[in-house]
Amino acid sequence: MMTPETTAAGGPEAIWRHALSQGRILLQRARASGAVIFPPRLAEPGRGDADLDWFEACGLGTVYSLTWVAQKPPTPPYNVALVDLDEGARLMSRVDGVTPDTLRIGQRVRARIIDADGAPLLVFVPLET
Amino acid sequence: MGGTFPRGEAAIAGLATYGIGEAPGFTSLELAAKAGLLAVADAGLRLDDIDGLFVCLPDDFLSGLSFAEYLGLNPRFTDNNRTGGSAFMSHMITAALALEAGYIDTALIAYGSNQRTNGGKLRTMIASNSWDAPYRPLFPMSSYALAAARHMHDYGTTRADLAAVAVAARAWANTNPEAFARGPLTIEDCLSARLVSSPLSTRDCCLVTDGAAAIVMTRTERARDLPRAAVPLLGAAAATWWNAIAQAPDVTVTAAAESGPRAYAAAGVGPADIDVVQLYDAFTINTILFLEDLGFCPKGEGGRFVADGHIGPGGSLPVNTNGGGLSCCHPGMYGLFAIVEAARQIRGEAANQLADVEVALAHGNGGTLSSQATVILGSLATL
Repeated sequence: MMTPETTAAGGPEAIWRHALSQGRILLQRARASGAVIFPPRLAEPGRGDADLDWFEACGLGTVYSLTWVAQKPPTPPYNVALVDLDEGARLMSRVDGVTPDTLRIGQRVRARIIDADGAPLLVFVPLET
Repeated sequence: MGGTFPRGEAAIAGLATYGIGEAPGFTSLELAAKAGLLAVADAGLRLDDIDGLFVCLPDDFLSGLSFAEYLGLNPRFTDNNRTGGSAFMSHMITAALALEAGYIDTALIAYGSNQRTNGGKLRTMIASNSWDAPYRPLFPMSSYALAAARHMHDYGTTRADLAAVAVAARAWANTNPEAFARGPLTIEDCLSARLVSSPLSTRDCCLVTDGAAAIVMTRTERARDLPRAAVPLLGAAAATWWNAIAQAPDVTVTAAAESGPRAYAAAGVGPADIDVVQLYDAFTINTILFLEDLGFCPKGEGGRFVADGHIGPGGSLPVNTNGGGLSCCHPGMYGLFAIVEAARQIRGEAANQLADVEVALAHGNGGTLSSQATVILGSLATL
């Protein structure tokens, strides 16, 4: 794959956002410890090891926790979820195409990059089984 | 050799609350200043005795400076540490170290907020980070909801267990004239309340009130000669494990699991020695998590512990005897109010005074279950 460092100027967050705009979900891995890191950083948390590799996530994950935020009726509630990516990173996102009756902790999900008001946004949809 | 703490060397010599509930027409700075003046008078000291200042107001990033100017203080040391609602426990730690070292002689810790009568919403300068914000979590409520949902999933905790926290807080508040929310509250009332960020409803949320509090600390040897009963700080510790909830390795375990044991070790006591507990109950799940993390019940058992009636009036472990943030007051940051209630219990002057209180714990929480800080107060007899 292209090395992200050469395709975007700036720090790790800028590199990550540039990759997302090109349809790729990047994670970092510390070469020495193997720890997977998100949000992207200059160095491994707790160790300070700056020897990090970028790699592309497979996009599969599992819902770790979720909440439904009420809105003024009749607007339905929307969900906010914590998703554990299969590679080991956890992030906040949402799961589209579900209802309070169907979404559960433990649900397998697949990443999707959508356009949200002109900016790319990482969301998830249920993984068909 | 980090981690040592001057057990009992510093003490609370004066305390006050002011304007709890609604204080229409007052600014946050005015409320904090009034509480500060009352606490200095309570200690039998003069304003010019204050040479260490610890302030963290909700609407002023440099409030330590504004507060010093307002009261005409010239502190040797001004601390504007902002770790959210737990900041005041950290202020006590810093004050105790500076007092013991002789760097300052008299510390004033003060807070005030007019958030209820000036808008009626939580006043905070904090928001979700750039990674979380696009998903529109309610700040800070949805983060606590995510912890509650996982606790329910992992341990079978129910919404009725969460409700038991709110009902116990209300029972204490009902006999505290200073408490803002009084009146009957049942488990069924809580269960039928409107969900805001599931599984949390309106009844799982703390109040939005005005209010101010302040304490004066000095060296215990000096506090012994002052008019009010000295309340020594036996041990204290703060811990930070994350800021955003998405970075929590396990959202059901907070850094209270570190701050608590370190505070116990400094104080030379354990959970069984604590006579009364004040926990930062911004949401009902907080009380459950902190009871577990501070060792009052095993991890995962907090829901059943509160549902069994342990924490309310007449229970085996009195918790939030003023009514807590859920029913007494929550002016945006609650930590100092938990400290004041713990000290009042030791001084023997709480509205819901318990018998024979020798050791009290106050625990503060900041951000989204992020910053955790524990202080353990005692009577002079515990030194």
